[in-house]
Amino acid sequence: MTFTTEHFIALLPLLITGLTSIVVMLAIAWRRNHTLIPTLAVIGLNLALLSIVYSVRVGEIDVTSLMRLDGYTYFYTALLLVTTLACMTLSHAYMENYPSNREELYLLLLLSCAGGLVLVSAQHLAALFIGLELLSVPVYGLVAYSYFNRRSLEAGMKYLVLSAAGSAILLFGMALLYAESGTLSFSGIGTQLAQQASAGLLLEIGIGMMFVGLAFKLSLVPFHLWTPDVYEGAPAPVGAFLATASKVAVFAVVVRLFQTMPAALNDTWLHNVVAFIAILSILVGNLLALMQSNLKRLLGYSSIAHFGYLLVALAAGQGIAVEAIGVYLVTYVVTSLGAFGVVVLMSSPSDGERDADALFEYRGLFWRRPYLTAVLTVMMLSLAGIPLTAGFIGKFYIITVAVESSLWWQTAAVVLGSAIGLFYYLRVMVTMYLVQPGLSRHDAPMNWGERAGGIMLIAIALLTLLLGVYPPPLLQVLQYTGL
Amino acid sequence: MILPWLILIPFIGGLLCWLGDRSGNLLPRWIALLTMLLELVLGLWVWANGDFTLAPAPGAEQAWAMEFQYPWIQRFGISLHFALDGLSLLMVLLTGLLGLLAVVCSWREIQKHVGFFHLNLLWILGGVVGVFLALDLFLFFFFWEMMLVPMYFLIALWGHSSADGKKSRITAATKFFIFTQASGLIMLVAIVALVLVNYSSTGVLTFEYEDLLKTQMNPTVEYLLMLGFFIAFAVKLPAVPVHSWLPDAHAQAPTAGSVDLAGILLKTAAYGLLRFAVPLFPNASAEFAPIAMWLGIIGIFYGAFLSFAQTDIKRLVAYSSVSHMGFVLIGIYSGSQHALQGVVIQMIAHGLSAAGLFILCGQLYERLHTRDMREMGGLWGRLPYLPAISLFFASASLGLPGTGNFVGEFLILMGAFPVVPIIVVIATFGLVAASVYSLIMIHRAYFGPAKSDEALPGLNMRELSMVLFLAVLLILLGVYPQPILDTSAASMNGVHQWLGTAFSSLVSAR
Repeated sequence: MTFTTEHFIALLPLLITGLTSIVVMLAIAWRRNHTLIPTLAVIGLNLALLSIVYSVRVGEIDVTSLMRLDGYTYFYTALLLVTTLACMTLSHAYMENYPSNREELYLLLLLSCAGGLVLVSAQHLAALFIGLELLSVPVYGLVAYSYFNRRSLEAGMKYLVLSAAGSAILLFGMALLYAESGTLSFSGIGTQLAQQASAGLLLEIGIGMMFVGLAFKLSLVPFHLWTPDVYEGAPAPVGAFLATASKVAVFAVVVRLFQTMPAALNDTWLHNVVAFIAILSILVGNLLALMQSNLKRLLGYSSIAHFGYLLVALAAGQGIAVEAIGVYLVTYVVTSLGAFGVVVLMSSPSDGERDADALFEYRGLFWRRPYLTAVLTVMMLSLAGIPLTAGFIGKFYIITVAVESSLWWQTAAVVLGSAIGLFYYLRVMVTMYLVQPGLSRHDAPMNWGERAGGIMLIAIALLTLLLGVYPPPLLQVLQYTGL
Repeated sequence: MILPWLILIPFIGGLLCWLGDRSGNLLPRWIALLTMLLELVLGLWVWANGDFTLAPAPGAEQAWAMEFQYPWIQRFGISLHFALDGLSLLMVLLTGLLGLLAVVCSWREIQKHVGFFHLNLLWILGGVVGVFLALDLFLFFFFWEMMLVPMYFLIALWGHSSADGKKSRITAATKFFIFTQASGLIMLVAIVALVLVNYSSTGVLTFEYEDLLKTQMNPTVEYLLMLGFFIAFAVKLPAVPVHSWLPDAHAQAPTAGSVDLAGILLKTAAYGLLRFAVPLFPNASAEFAPIAMWLGIIGIFYGAFLSFAQTDIKRLVAYSSVSHMGFVLIGIYSGSQHALQGVVIQMIAHGLSAAGLFILCGQLYERLHTRDMREMGGLWGRLPYLPAISLFFASASLGLPGTGNFVGEFLILMGAFPVVPIIVVIATFGLVAASVYSLIMIHRAYFGPAKSDEALPGLNMRELSMVLFLAVLLILLGVYPQPILDTSAASMNGVHQWLGTAFSSLVSAR
């Protein structure tokens, strides 16, 4: 096939992001500077974000048989770029007193983001795999970035091994699919599935193994065991990236995969598996979070539960499911960024000590940093899905989808999960308002609100409230970006 | 435009209190006081100028004394739809009044983080007013859940933990939050299901109360959805067996929190039953009525017995609320016009008398630093005024003629008697139980041997005027309840018709 200008324009966000990573790499080789490098990276990402405006005008277009660029792609592209930008801002705040090389972090973030962009546009198993690996491989480096910290190194190794195992299972599944259907494109496999009245055993196993591989990346129960350790070990801004950008990209492609082959979910066996994993993730994620006294681990478990809620919408698969997933992902991303952002600002790893992630370090924060506490309070309420915050709109959508598709067990799990979830979100929240203990090892700098990281955090909090009170603009955008 | 302002005033006032915190403790108190005064005056103005013969009723096109509508989330047909009829207005007035008292009674009790305290207090009141005015089911749920957060903070941050450390205020607050939130989510599922049922038959996606009233449902669906609503309201009311959050929350809450909780928050549940659960699902409600009324009976006696057994004076009053709300449940589900009118009076009277008792408990606590009645005894001689006023409120609580509680309970029992004589006969014995626990409270706290002879500081003007004001209102309600009855007549007539038609079709079906 020939490339026309249109194809290039449509690909602009990805091209610019790729180009930026090359520029950043060369710049690092030329001169290490913790102002120059992040600035370059941020400019590149902003350009990529701007270019979406032009790309959208091209309309729906296929670039080779690997990628499809449509409204859905651009929506998640924008979401990924904004998320990466936010993570970079957080990283900049985090790395200020960092004792070792700081610049490569931005390069890795850019590369991973590029992988995410490929992933959200994939309509072919090859593109899916390339995107997934490009997304995950830099994250190994990111997780182990504080290599002088034992936990970080351990987390990196753990993530590397388990993620590779997940990829291997995914590849095996793909191979089975190819062996049976002779095609690697989503739609081709979908047609094959639909044609065969009773899908062949190999096809079923293939899709099942693919789902297992992807569930590893999404840390769904029972493939979640790595999550808390990795979240705890990874530097806080990397944790934020792991919880948001990397999961969003994977989930976006999972949704596209199952939407282009609806036959896969019509198959009762696989549908039951997905629906069951949803319930399991919600309950196990929430229950395990109950006993945590480490904020990063707690957020890790809560993210398991949140992807359980999303899986309910995936299992429904019809009606407003795709829209609901969009809304929920946006609210989840905003909220998680805010929550991790507070952890980032509280931590300043100047001499290689660990992050401020123990819950007791937040005791009495309200009386020291009232506005920072307000931010984390809003985030906890949003994660719990209380009105006035974005999380409520997301939860409302999930319940609507579940009721619409008569998934009563899943509805019950969502209700039960939310009730359990409240317990630990409230615990975090109220801890910050309790009486101040004598000493506090970690604290955000007094002028946190005047720096880039702090300003962004306040913006995120305001956005959370705005989305909760007046969501119509977001819903309108999602009307045009369905599949 | 006056309806959104009724809701916005407390929210704005709360923010101002928080900002005013920097210039000392006095400014937030005055801002909060003026805010609630403004709210109350606005409510009274509406009362004077509204036409309360307009109220929702089956069949007819809905008419309201006042209405406000503005599109919000059009994707789902959700709008900011507020409307007011006699019932909502009375509840708003009660909110304004008790809100005012809550501010006044925390004047000395709350000494730390005063601005933030009043922010939470006023936001609760704003949320409650929102619940009473919202007509869009999404909006209703929005306010219903929203008011939990400030209430949580109120209990968790300014509450009292018990001396032995067994019952902490945070546990109580969390329990309150989880009970209400989880049951609220069940209601959300029911709301969404109702909307989707309506959507599948009419093709219009809407959360509008007036449209959903016309939804056609088969009996099983109607029954299940009604249960979804009922569970949420039963938890908040509270009805036995889902009441266990209430005593804990009351015992650990600061006085203002208890006043709000008993006086207003419990009323949102009764209001929800009258406004939503019964009119939306009349047939299912009629079928469910016997169960609900037996739950009411159980509540009356269970609450009374546990109340009798308490040593903590605030827990005693809390359990007495469970008992009183049992009467409300019987009144609502009997469906007779008189009983429904009695429910309104009972709600207001209980709001006033429970608020009075909690304020008195708060004043006792400020003097004795204990709520344990075993530590009290013989206070009659050590304290001027307070014991006598307590006796008045205790007798109001037991339904002495001349107080509003008597009118409420009498109307409920009289109205329900032709419909369900057996239940009423049993419930009447609840009044005996009420006198037992009310008088035992007086006896344990104020009579008997004194622990010491030292005189305690008497009531100052602020404290005295608060409780006397409540006492005067209760007597007024007891001897001349007509204005209240007139205001709520049309609203209650609507509910009566809904249930009445359903009852008669239920009888003919059998």
